[in-house]
Amino acid sequence: MARKGGESIRQRSPQKVGDFDQPSSPKLHVLAVDDSHVDRKVIERLLRISSCRVTAVESGSRALQYLGLNGGEKKSSVGFDVNLILTDYSMPGMTGYELLKKIKESSHLREIPVVIMSSENILARIDRCLEEGAEEFLMKPLKLSDVNRLKDYITREQGAEKGGRGKRKRNLQDDYTPSSPLLSLPPP
Amino acid sequence: MDLVGQLQRQFVDYTTSLTREGFLDDQFKQLQKLQDESNPEFVVEVVSLFFEDSEKLLNDLASAFQQKIVDYKKVDAHVHQFKGSSSSIGAQRVKNVCVAFKTYCEARNFEGCSICLQSLEQEYHLVKSKLETLFKLEQQIMAAGGSVPEL
Repeated sequence: MARKGGESIRQRSPQKVGDFDQPSSPKLHVLAVDDSHVDRKVIERLLRISSCRVTAVESGSRALQYLGLNGGEKKSSVGFDVNLILTDYSMPGMTGYELLKKIKESSHLREIPVVIMSSENILARIDRCLEEGAEEFLMKPLKLSDVNRLKDYITREQGAEKGGRGKRKRNLQDDYTPSSPLLSLPPP
Repeated sequence: MDLVGQLQRQFVDYTTSLTREGFLDDQFKQLQKLQDESNPEFVVEVVSLFFEDSEKLLNDLASAFQQKIVDYKKVDAHVHQFKGSSSSIGAQRVKNVCVAFKTYCEARNFEGCSICLQSLEQEYHLVKSKLETLFKLEQQIMAAGGSVPEL
């Protein structure tokens, strides 16, 4: 069984000098995708303040390029170490949902957690994204508390063995209820 | 009260009134919290991006309405962007106009949209000048050797 991305990341990170705040916990690398300049800047700041490394791109296609998916070619996993993809939903060209689908369809990318952000609280949209494998759906504008929670969650998931855990993406009937604590939905 | 004290007082009063009058909401405060010595210009930088984006969007919106046949899908896309960026910096009144504007777009209501566009231009210029005033106050405080109060 393939190792979870987090395990190999720990081995690779020591090569990157200067990336460490604390030697014991290398920074999480987040790929942020948003077509809005303003939002990219704010998200970058939120993530950096939370001690994450950020790569911010303006579109789904740029994101796929960065991740090594160019027209379906498989690229070796050298050179990317993304721990989380944080993407806006409404983007021209490729929506966050379409990006999510492409990532989940890729054998070497599908293990990377994807979180979707949106300014619109549309239940059908949220359901669709979660069903497609998004870890979470966050309402914009993002707060520091959202980022902190995400960070904790990703760090925890990375530490966990792949074995019996990590099924939450597929077993929606079991895991997903409207009152799930990981969802940032305002009360109806 | 010395100069710094006076300026700081002005700053606090001004920010409070902007919030009370609905120009800025809590999101603006959230942005201020993200600013520190390592990133002392953060808020100004984000707001400048907002000004740039907004001016382009207003131009695009104006041209869209000058067309013989208005492309409401395009208009809606522009308004959606505007709604997003104004929401991200806490420009509440601008955001609220965008919300109404979207409704008129969906209904393809030309009158309603035209009124919203005017309103949007107004609210944008208002919040722009208020933010510029706020930033000037900050600069004056720092020039006088003081520090900007945290709210």
